[in-house]
Amino acid sequence: MSDVTPTATPERAAQLPAQSPPVDPAETAAASEKAAPTGNRLSWWRGDGGDGAKRNLGLIGVLVALIAVGAITKPDLYDDPTWVWNNILAILQLASVVGVVTVGMTFVIIGGGIDLSVGAIVALAGVWCTTVATQSYGAGGMIFAAIVVGICVGLVNGVLISYGRLVPFIATLAMLVAARGLAASISNKQTQVSSSTFINDIAARKVLGIPILVYILAAVVVAGWILLNRTTFGRRTIAVGGNPEAARLAGINVRRHTMLLYALSGLCCGIAAIMLTSQATSAQAAMANLYELDAIAAAIIGGTLLSGGRGTIVGSLLGVIIFATITNLFAINGLSIEAQNMVKGGIIVAAVLVQQFQFKSFTRLLARNRLTTTT
Amino acid sequence: MTQHSRDLSRRRLLFGGAAVGAATLLTACTSNETPAASTQTKAAGDGAGNNAPGKKVVIGFSAPAADHGWMGAIHANAKAQAAAYSDVELKEVDGGTTSEAQRSTLGTLIAQKPDIIVVLPHDGKEVNAVALQAMQAGIPIVNLDRVFPDALASRLVIKGDNYGMGVSAGHFIGKQLKDKGVTNPVIGEIAGLEIPLTVERSAGFAAALATYGFKVSNRRSAEFTSDSGQREAAQLLQALPKIDAIWNHDDDQGIGVLAAIKQANRSEFFMVGGAGAKLAIDAIKADNSVLKATVTYNPSMASSAISLARLIAQGRGMGDLTELQVPKEVTLASETITKENASNYEKLGF
Repeated sequence: MSDVTPTATPERAAQLPAQSPPVDPAETAAASEKAAPTGNRLSWWRGDGGDGAKRNLGLIGVLVALIAVGAITKPDLYDDPTWVWNNILAILQLASVVGVVTVGMTFVIIGGGIDLSVGAIVALAGVWCTTVATQSYGAGGMIFAAIVVGICVGLVNGVLISYGRLVPFIATLAMLVAARGLAASISNKQTQVSSSTFINDIAARKVLGIPILVYILAAVVVAGWILLNRTTFGRRTIAVGGNPEAARLAGINVRRHTMLLYALSGLCCGIAAIMLTSQATSAQAAMANLYELDAIAAAIIGGTLLSGGRGTIVGSLLGVIIFATITNLFAINGLSIEAQNMVKGGIIVAAVLVQQFQFKSFTRLLARNRLTTTT
Repeated sequence: MTQHSRDLSRRRLLFGGAAVGAATLLTACTSNETPAASTQTKAAGDGAGNNAPGKKVVIGFSAPAADHGWMGAIHANAKAQAAAYSDVELKEVDGGTTSEAQRSTLGTLIAQKPDIIVVLPHDGKEVNAVALQAMQAGIPIVNLDRVFPDALASRLVIKGDNYGMGVSAGHFIGKQLKDKGVTNPVIGEIAGLEIPLTVERSAGFAAALATYGFKVSNRRSAEFTSDSGQREAAQLLQALPKIDAIWNHDDDQGIGVLAAIKQANRSEFFMVGGAGAKLAIDAIKADNSVLKATVTYNPSMASSAISLARLIAQGRGMGDLTELQVPKEVTLASETITKENASNYEKLGF
């Protein structure tokens, strides 16, 4: 029943993907370069998906352009450096909850799946951790409840998908409906107010001038980056998403790994639930509405391939920050949410179009044209 | 190898034990026991005339399944008000989550021939035909809040006033600012989900402000949830470094709005809420936040609908009116709850 062949002990399986994730030529290239670090120096981000770095630079360009638009349209606000600093913090705080969810989502998508239930898991974990009974255990009990609920729901998703052989789209869609239903029945459709000052302070307090929520986002992103780029777990994720059959033949327990990816996404949702509950000082079954779409969109414009096998944490983070910056830009200009949503949709399409556009073939095309024109 | 596998099994045992423990702890955490929820009823003893028991009547009741606090209060109020009368028997049918479901359960209710039926439809247009059918069968319909397009489909319409809510909020803010002598005020608006009722509320708000020569500086729409309220309020505060007043359409999302204001450490303005939730009324009474008033859209209308349905079925008029029968239409005024009158409204908070 096990996917691991008897000869491949866990230790060997752990070494395998590090040597040869056979699916991604960029990875093998990066790996071989790492093995022989002679000649050209490697950039520090090189491990984060090779040409992903180039894509990330493009996203930073978009971000700078958005901020420039803000500065041009609202020069009076951008005159004040304190306001600008506060605005950056406001954007990061806005990005923090979706950002944490997106890190988990990025892993799931790189691993070849999709998780439509993240918003519902955030709502369920948020509602579960703010019931009167949970709150009676104090802040520790609330954090524990949110995280364990997140992981458990993620595990159910994972088991259904990897052992129940359900399509991820269907399994997580079912979970979306069911988790929101369970949240509504636990909360009795009421808004549950958090009376824990410790929890509420997470969103209200700053340490060294930076909100705690931003530190949490940073910690999750760094942990996600290390997990994806510097551990066998991350290498296996890329291998499983790129070509599950090749990954299985290489000795990776594909099913167990897929299951763990959904549990990881659930863990991120649990953390996000605490952050969101703290921001709103309350929770209800309808909260975190459509976060699944925000997280998927951010991962996609961050360069994560929907079919799996490729993606970067840094790109996803930039995607989330770009969306938060757009929201902020529309708010400070007093423009309607309708217009904001249209622009968001346009940016998603534009980002995917740009990614399909092959930079190398374009330069080749240019070179050929120059050749033909000169001769 | 055996050493290895034993380690593994011990680890698994520990892990399994921890999982079971966590599960027990978690299942204990779903309880939401709170002191018995108060409902908004009128005691059968107060007021004159109408409360004397009359002939026994059966009142049918159908409203959409409760999906948020306001709708939950509608159900609870109807039930509690009916229980307050010794001569009323309430037959509540499941309104379901769609007009389709509501039509079919209403059909069964009509077949049981109650004396009168109170209906809060999912959508007036879609349930209109069934209500008309009941009226033709001689069962009067009391139409609650969402109005049937056909005037023949109901005996009585009792509804709230969304436009009026905006007007009340606009007048409160306008008057306060005028009294303070602010000439060019910065007014923020945090609306709800962009559905027709929200558009009406905003129109009333703008119209009332215009009579003072003021207008809304920035408007963000949230989704009637506290987390969306926090999100939009945080952005609004960022957009307007100095604010004079804010109107937030809904007290439930207001929990998040107030959280955002506290997180941004702002207090140079005052805020008006909407709906009249218990938490908001308590905060207004305590006067310890920027929330200084809220304008009502009160689910107590369900209680009134039951009271009026009883009178219609018994063929009686309203005590203080000269008319021998109950009038055809009642539109609730959107009242403004402030610190001064908050204690009067405490029992109406939901």
